[in-house]
Amino acid sequence: MLLFFIQGLYIVAGVLFILSLAGLSKQTTARAGNIAGMVGMALALVATIIHSVFLSATEENRTGWPITLGLIVAVLAIGAAIGTPIARRVEMTQMPELIAAFHSFVGMAAVLVGFNSFAAPEGAGGAVHLVEVALGVLIGAYTFTGSVVAYLKLSARMKSKPLTLPGRNLLNLGAFAAFFALMVWFVLASEENTGLGWVLIIAIALIGFALGFHMVAAIGGGDMPVVVSMLNSYSGWAAVAAGFMLNNNLLIITGSLVGSSGAILSYIMCRAMNRSFISVILGGFGSDGGTVHAAAAVEGEHREIDAAGAAELLWNARSVIITPGYGMAVAKAQYPVADLTAKLRAHGVDVRFGVHPVAGRLPGHMNVLLAEAHVPYDIVLEMDEINDDFADTDVVLVIGANDTVNPAALDDPTSPIAGMPVLEVWKADSVIVFKRSMATGYAGVQNPLFFKENAHMLFGDAKQRVDDILKALG
Amino acid sequence: MQIGIPLESLKGETRVAATPRTVAQLIALGHSVVVEAGAGAKSAYPDAEYAAAGASIGDRAEVWAAPVVAKINAPDRDEIDRLPDGGTLVSLIAPARSPELLQQLGTRRLTVLAMDAVPRISRAQALDVLSSMANIAGYRAVIEAANEFGSFFTGQVTAAGKVPPAKVLVAGAGVAGLAAIGTAKSLGAIVRATDARPEVAEQVQSMGGEFLAVQVAQQQVSTDGYAKETSEDFNRAAAELYAAQARDVDIIITTALIPGRPAPRLVTAEMVATMKPGSVVVDMAAANGGNVEGSRPDELVVTANGVKIIGYTDLAGRLPTQASQLYGTNVVNLFKLLTPGKDGEVVVDLDDVVIRGMTVEKDGELLWPPPPVQVSAAPAAAVAVPVVEDPEVRAAREAAAARSANQRRLVLAGLAAVLVVLAVTFSPASFVGAFTVFALAVVVGFYVVGGVSHSLHTPLMAQTNAISGIILVGALLQLGSTNVAVVVMSFIAAVIASINIFGGFLVSYRMLGMFRKEA
Repeated sequence: MLLFFIQGLYIVAGVLFILSLAGLSKQTTARAGNIAGMVGMALALVATIIHSVFLSATEENRTGWPITLGLIVAVLAIGAAIGTPIARRVEMTQMPELIAAFHSFVGMAAVLVGFNSFAAPEGAGGAVHLVEVALGVLIGAYTFTGSVVAYLKLSARMKSKPLTLPGRNLLNLGAFAAFFALMVWFVLASEENTGLGWVLIIAIALIGFALGFHMVAAIGGGDMPVVVSMLNSYSGWAAVAAGFMLNNNLLIITGSLVGSSGAILSYIMCRAMNRSFISVILGGFGSDGGTVHAAAAVEGEHREIDAAGAAELLWNARSVIITPGYGMAVAKAQYPVADLTAKLRAHGVDVRFGVHPVAGRLPGHMNVLLAEAHVPYDIVLEMDEINDDFADTDVVLVIGANDTVNPAALDDPTSPIAGMPVLEVWKADSVIVFKRSMATGYAGVQNPLFFKENAHMLFGDAKQRVDDILKALG
Repeated sequence: MQIGIPLESLKGETRVAATPRTVAQLIALGHSVVVEAGAGAKSAYPDAEYAAAGASIGDRAEVWAAPVVAKINAPDRDEIDRLPDGGTLVSLIAPARSPELLQQLGTRRLTVLAMDAVPRISRAQALDVLSSMANIAGYRAVIEAANEFGSFFTGQVTAAGKVPPAKVLVAGAGVAGLAAIGTAKSLGAIVRATDARPEVAEQVQSMGGEFLAVQVAQQQVSTDGYAKETSEDFNRAAAELYAAQARDVDIIITTALIPGRPAPRLVTAEMVATMKPGSVVVDMAAANGGNVEGSRPDELVVTANGVKIIGYTDLAGRLPTQASQLYGTNVVNLFKLLTPGKDGEVVVDLDDVVIRGMTVEKDGELLWPPPPVQVSAAPAAAVAVPVVEDPEVRAAREAAAARSANQRRLVLAGLAAVLVVLAVTFSPASFVGAFTVFALAVVVGFYVVGGVSHSLHTPLMAQTNAISGIILVGALLQLGSTNVAVVVMSFIAAVIASINIFGGFLVSYRMLGMFRKEA
């Protein structure tokens, strides 16, 4: 009876998770989706606690139920005590790092659950169970180190430059082959010889750790949005593997949801960047064997403008489009940008935002930052919605974006970013580019935009410069 | 060589073929210039200025005795007779529409260059008087319309009430049409334009107008830079468009001309009858039969319902100072081609397509019409033709590619299905149930997230991240184990997974709270 009750709760929780993800695909229902997820999780946890305590109370080979309950309460208390303040305090600009770090937790948990399941199998065990354990440990380990590397790169604690070892793809292939051999050995040997089994499963975990490190390290910082999304997917698959090990349908349902949704998200982003999905999954994309293309050299004169000049252009414009990039996040310029937007709109200027799908270090990163600064979301448009409007626009402000507004992607077939759809800002009457210096963007490509006749450079810290413009507007 | 600039004899003509500035340029090419006394008076160029620029001022006989005469309007019988034997004449001729004039010219041994027969190629733009005059006429057409129109062009909100902007329809987006669009726009009107050539839509938009396309299956692409006569289907669709616009707009300016043919009838009397009283129609093609039914050349007609139809044919001449300067510059540019040595020697080089196109008569021999020139004014046609495949061939090829891709996909899917069936067949019972759930959940996840809006990617990721903390369930179940190592490991796993759950849900809650719609 009780077990069926628990299964019932699991089903309800699973449905709530589905509703939660469905709700999050639209602005109007997003809040409800978030709540549905929380309720689902609460139900799942209640069911699990009852289940675990019930098992401890009834089965022989478990500790007494008070101990189990105590441990569970302790775990949840610690988790809440650590997780809540992080969530409250994190800066929206650091969202990518936070999510990467969270992914690594799921990965590590999956590895540990895998080890546990090997040490004390629930139910039948057997070959199928051992395969599940091996897969779960591998995916978990991969997710863990991959996320840690992504976290380090995003928080600039590790160089964002792609790591390129010789024979990179062969190394990866070899690692997979080794994993497969070890898994077969593990399945055959560990039933009789638990010690050897431990050695093998730890070896498998090490392969997973190495693979995760190597594959993500091979990806440049600029391509992190796709990687974070991919790791999100992997963390889901890790949960699925755990579900198979423990014969737990809720884990399987939820893990699959997360896994397939993450994969779809990455796929959407790859399409936006005109990159191959497969090469992203395999890691190290965007750098064919590490050779740097000799793209057409771009040289020329750039024009500078000062804050007062920019202010005058903006004040007299009819329509303005702002295209933010990672630079806005770094400078935390979203608040002055929002003030500027409000001021210009009050003056009757039509101000809108054009967000490239891969602007920032996380899909939708710019939207979150602008929302944080109270920019209404209905004036924040996607690339496809706004690209045709640049020709009718008086002034474009490029704030901390570079590669996503690079005309070379369309004009220069030898450019490393050739074929990537970009915001066609240069079609506007004038373009003001906020930039620290004339250095190149993440893709390491010079940007011919800066040398176009209608482009003006406004050098300096983006936040500082936008403040200057606000001052000039009085 | 001496170039004579006569006083225009045509009644009402205000322009002159050279201004003091262009006289100086002609002299720089090695020519001498004789200007008839009073030739520039109506264009505000007094004789003294011509003299100061280096021209000599002569009487009618002296000017017509010059070996080269440059003027604006086609010569009359008397003027043809005045030209010296072997002389050269540069003027508007309209050779396609003036067979009689050609015949008269042919009776004399002359060389005649028609300023209005310049081929439409980029190099010849500098001497194309049709363009330069059309530009002025388009501007003036709007000014004339504004003059007759009883309201503002621009919309205003004043203490005395709100003024709606005038709506202007420009028919034909050639040079005159584009000039009219730009002028009307700069006066503040709402400007719409239509043209039989869809490729001019961009040019219309660049001038600030809205392009109204005529919706028909087959549209023409111009190969010689001029509009052509249109098909019946097209005419019907265009008539519907004009009828609809006539009811709505305040001003209609028609500029449609087809070289060598009567002007197409765009606006019928019924359409004019539906226009608001006080509306103004400017028919820039009135001289060639008119685009508008009821227009009369050189007249202002007021219809029964109070619509004014302007049929002035001298629109360019109403800006004589500007028009003379542009015409004169066109003449100078022609002489730059005619005197390559800058030594005052006129050479008519018939191998030059520009000169060949303009030459109506050479040394008494009539050379009209010239061989056709394919021009670059329609790059779409020139470039696109080799690239564009026959649509049927391409459709077939794409279909074949799609079919083979589909087949490949089908084979792969079949293979995967077989593998799944085999795997499930040889699996323990518990696995089968779990696998069923797995397969269904993957598909659900796929569809649920497929339509996510881009701005929600980050909150969605935080949320899925929190949900993937569900692995906590596994860890919690293992907490009850008697094996100390298992308890320790599952404790750690449960702690980090629960951090994930609490943190993830809260952070996406926080993010979603920030998204707000404009109040």
